[in-house]
Amino acid sequence: MRDDVRDNIKAERITGGVRESLRHDSAHKHVSGEAVYIDDMPAPAGMLHAYPGLSERAHARIVSMDLSKVRAAPGVVAVLTAADVPGVNDISPTARHDEPVFADGLVQFHGQVIFAVVAENRAQARRAARLAAVEYEDLPAVLDIAAAREKGEFVTEPLTLTRGDAPAAIASAPHRIAGRMAIGGQEHFYLESQIAMAIPGEDDEVLVYASTQHPTEIQHMVSHVLGAPSNAVTVEIRRMGGAFGGKETQGNLFAAIAALGAKKTGRAVKFRPDRDDDMIITGKRHDFEADYSAGFDDDGRIAGVEFTVAARCGFSADLSGPITDRALFHADNAYYYDAAHMNSLPFKTNTCSNTAFRGFGGPQGMVAGERVMEEIAYALGKDPLEVRKANFYGGPGRDVTPYHQTVEDCVVGEVVEQLETKADYWVRRAAIREFNANNRHVRRGLALTPVKFGISFTATQFNQAGALVHVYTDGTIHLNHGGTEMGQGLFTKVAQVVAEEFQVDIDKVRISATTTGKVPNTSATAASAGSDLNGMAAQAASRTIKTRLIEFAAEHWQTPRERITFLPNRVRIGDEEVPFPTLVKAAYNARVSLSSTGFYKTPKIHWDRSTGRGRPFYYFGYGAAASEVTVDLLTGEYRVDRVDILHDVGRSLNPAIDIGQIEGGFVQGMGWLTTEELWWDDAGRLRTHAPSTYKIPACGDRPKIFNVELLAGATNREETIYRSKAVGEPPLMLAISVLHALSDAVASVADYKICPRLDPPATPERILDAIERLNKASRGETA
Amino acid sequence: MRNHIRFILGNETIELRDIDPTMTVLDWLRLEKTRAGTKEGCAEGDCGACTVVIARPENGRLSYRAVNGCILFMPMLDGCQLLTVEDLKSPDGALHAVQQSMVDCHGSQCGFCTPGFVMSLFALYRNEENPSDQRIDDVLAGNLCRCTGYAPIAAAAKRMYDEGPATNDRFASQEADMVARLKALEDTETLCIEAEGRRLYAPATLDGLADVLTETPEARIVAGGTDVGLWVTKQLRDIAPAVLIGRITELRRIEETDAAITIGAGVTYDEASSVIAAHYPDFGELIRRIGGQQVRNMGTIGGNIANGSPIGDSPPALIAAGATLGLRRGSERRTMALEDFFIDYGKQDRRPGEFVENVVLPKPEPGTHYRCYKISKRFDQDISAACGAFWLKLDGDVVAGIRIAFGGMAATPKRAAATEAALMDNPWTEETVEAALAAMEQDYTPLTDWRASARYRMTVAKNLLRKFHAETSGPAMPIRLVGEGRLTHA
Repeated sequence: MRDDVRDNIKAERITGGVRESLRHDSAHKHVSGEAVYIDDMPAPAGMLHAYPGLSERAHARIVSMDLSKVRAAPGVVAVLTAADVPGVNDISPTARHDEPVFADGLVQFHGQVIFAVVAENRAQARRAARLAAVEYEDLPAVLDIAAAREKGEFVTEPLTLTRGDAPAAIASAPHRIAGRMAIGGQEHFYLESQIAMAIPGEDDEVLVYASTQHPTEIQHMVSHVLGAPSNAVTVEIRRMGGAFGGKETQGNLFAAIAALGAKKTGRAVKFRPDRDDDMIITGKRHDFEADYSAGFDDDGRIAGVEFTVAARCGFSADLSGPITDRALFHADNAYYYDAAHMNSLPFKTNTCSNTAFRGFGGPQGMVAGERVMEEIAYALGKDPLEVRKANFYGGPGRDVTPYHQTVEDCVVGEVVEQLETKADYWVRRAAIREFNANNRHVRRGLALTPVKFGISFTATQFNQAGALVHVYTDGTIHLNHGGTEMGQGLFTKVAQVVAEEFQVDIDKVRISATTTGKVPNTSATAASAGSDLNGMAAQAASRTIKTRLIEFAAEHWQTPRERITFLPNRVRIGDEEVPFPTLVKAAYNARVSLSSTGFYKTPKIHWDRSTGRGRPFYYFGYGAAASEVTVDLLTGEYRVDRVDILHDVGRSLNPAIDIGQIEGGFVQGMGWLTTEELWWDDAGRLRTHAPSTYKIPACGDRPKIFNVELLAGATNREETIYRSKAVGEPPLMLAISVLHALSDAVASVADYKICPRLDPPATPERILDAIERLNKASRGETA
Repeated sequence: MRNHIRFILGNETIELRDIDPTMTVLDWLRLEKTRAGTKEGCAEGDCGACTVVIARPENGRLSYRAVNGCILFMPMLDGCQLLTVEDLKSPDGALHAVQQSMVDCHGSQCGFCTPGFVMSLFALYRNEENPSDQRIDDVLAGNLCRCTGYAPIAAAAKRMYDEGPATNDRFASQEADMVARLKALEDTETLCIEAEGRRLYAPATLDGLADVLTETPEARIVAGGTDVGLWVTKQLRDIAPAVLIGRITELRRIEETDAAITIGAGVTYDEASSVIAAHYPDFGELIRRIGGQQVRNMGTIGGNIANGSPIGDSPPALIAAGATLGLRRGSERRTMALEDFFIDYGKQDRRPGEFVENVVLPKPEPGTHYRCYKISKRFDQDISAACGAFWLKLDGDVVAGIRIAFGGMAATPKRAAATEAALMDNPWTEETVEAALAAMEQDYTPLTDWRASARYRMTVAKNLLRKFHAETSGPAMPIRLVGEGRLTHA
């Protein structure tokens, strides 16, 4: 790829090219209420509404199901059960056939969909769905990881990574630590709930509008469930009201039921669950238990490390395989382990099927890795930052990961060093120690933690993308690609790429809804790879058309190709400058095709899961954050006072959007590690199923001082789109610094002699527990 | 009786009859008016995606209040102007200052929460100038955003004033006319809306309320609807027959004498907060953290008492302050100490047809100390795991009077009688406090639930007594994390 964009920029510049802090393409529509989400679309005449009936048991056989009252309820047009599925009653995204649309005889979690009502309006459907009489025969339910360890059933195959002889290295090391960490899950809490609207077409056709990160998968699932070929199903999505991984596979159910209802009744069907039901039905970030042990030298440098990470996957596999794999891929975070042995335990449980969530298992692995750093620091009486720095990748012989990929692009040392200065880490460290020595009821804490995050889908085949670009004869451009817009600004960034390629102002590039009818066989917009993949595909499509235009111009104007240059909104052909629309019109008249697809596949990557070796990641994203907190020792309450972030996005496509991703990701990660607590009761019922009970960060929780900077002079050593780096997921893990700052504040009560082992989510209750534990231990009582 | 609702949507006068009286404003906007800008995020008044603004005449001006459309019943709009996100752009298509500022600050990502934020900011912009950072956080506490991390939205809340002063926008120039139009809608007739077998009354006078309740003693009394709204949207319960008290001017009054503050049952948290805060700063701070601004704009202290929830925040604060409750049935009135109102879980001392008329808060005597503490997972807009309120009267250094009340620790808001007894007549010292803590276990047997374990509730309740002692004795020291008095106490 050429990297000579700057050569095209003389005095004049197009508006909205790459590197510009362009606002989100829909910003003016967001603020005026004109941005259309699926629930806002004008209803097709006669549209019906679907609503599900849910299991009231965690694990049970259905002895009988009487739906007569449901059918008789006002407005009810149809009731759908497993018996009404003409194709396959399965929406497993990994072809395991372990996830039915409708539970058939066996319910596997509290809240599983058993049937769906289709009624004239949504209120009628909701009311009717509560009228079912279902008789259950309870079966033993496995609700948490502890119970799952006893049962020992997996939803997918565990992974083992081995490099060197970790047990031997640990045994012979001068120092050792070991422990277990519990890591909480997380609800996505996208503001727009799951939703799908299906419009029946001719023959076996159906058009589905679905709030999804993965239209192609929705297409496949609807096709399987209806028993129709893929070419009968079209899936479209203009924008989602947030997704965060929660709409990678979790939209399948809603789309499948809407489509089923539409084909059954011959009328359009919309399915939008209430917030509570959405939270009860859909999967979340996996909660984990991580067992760790490490051996290290006097400097805290790790000789060997072992991790076993157990995950509560729920009743089906969903994406738990790659998620638990990614937890292992990130248990090293930015640290070189001379010897490592790691196992995943993807346990089956009778709870909702946990799924993708920003970071995709990486955060859980990383937070366990950071616990090891913390344990080592307390064991040696060192500042945790010193231990972290002693273990960074880099230097001879210290660049191979536990999965045998060589880290070629490590900038973590540089990032951390700069941040130490920007955040004034050591001066503040001393000031905080001083403050804590003089305060009885309130303590402060500070922590600086790094992030290294691998970019690419670990399933190599997903690292491909397509785009479709049309140039119309008035010089305007229609852009389509396989990526989906969920707020992350992907559509804006890809449009910037196309504007840059053609050197036209961004307002000449029309962004259009993602649809399986334009770009087929797409991957989910996930793994932070949206702009890497789709940007490159759109660039390829643009360049194909551009090449045709250059060929045409060379012939038409009898000018050598090298004397044809795309200037802002015009083209220099020899000594002449022609407005872009003029060239386009002339090309059309000469019967030049002005439409092209574009395709991209990520180079260099490969991964052999059976041997645990390969290069699963094209490159790594890096960053670091320093967080300062204040903790109330009497209540466990806390406040985040100041956060400094330095993050590497390579050469940014859009700094404003990237900073938005960093800030938003950080606060979301902070929520995961602090106030967001999922709570199931003994019957397996999720009791935190609405914002009244599940507390994501509110406006006042954001850090009061929040300094966010992009790493200056950064690039991507790999040939990514304009040398940018992915930004969606990595910043979430910057929030690990908040957990460690809280831990640092807690540690003050035992004079920093005991590792607080503060497990997330660090709710005020967890903090107070840790304070009491440390108080007791420092008084010599048993904890 | 009037059988139709009258209000102004944007600029259009609306009259509605034969409408389901428990239809929410959100559903009406989205389903009947195809105004789809206002979103449903949670249907329980917690996320703010449905935020709309209602304007009412107040002292010749319009007061603008952000409210949750998802739990606002249609008859509650009677006599108001309703503004939604669609009303903000100028006729020429230009964005309003609030909207432009959100765009300029990159305040939207997925955009789904954005209309709600815009409306909360719009109310702020119209009502106040130069809000502090704390005030911005408070006004936005009821709007959740999952994408941005809030920094750009908070920045927009500052920048919107740079786009042009509120006194200059279209709404300012139309204000006098709108006040007149709304005034013309006012009457003293009882509103009675009935459709689909559901009947709802909205009397405009106290006598009108007494009449409705005499005739229909089973009628569900609804004040702000911030709790009852969820019975409809979540439990699909039929709350009819119901009676709204929001139109009754007499119940919306706050009366102040030298000795006491009388708060009418229809006074919202927001309306009550400044007068309460003037005398009980900590109670004011507690109200700042109840619900979001939208809930504080609709929810009432009277409703928080009358629904008898064990986790309402105002009862413990009021009980510790020694408040009394005024009840009325027909023309018969009685008063009682507030703590006596709460008999058991779900059971209050309110007879059929009787309603809460007011709560009387005595003003603090000199030499007394008062503190409230709200403990929750999140500081803002969260339901308390435990809420403790403390009142102390010292005679020299001896405890001459003590009231401790907790929410979240028992089936009702409850005094800590044994703990109080252990403290009474003893010197107000750390030793006395430490010795009294064990009595807390006689007073309370808290439950474990998703908000906190029984163990945490008990530990924190004891620690709050310690905190109260620390805050009312010895030198000033850092002790509060949030609010005006954060990090220090006098």
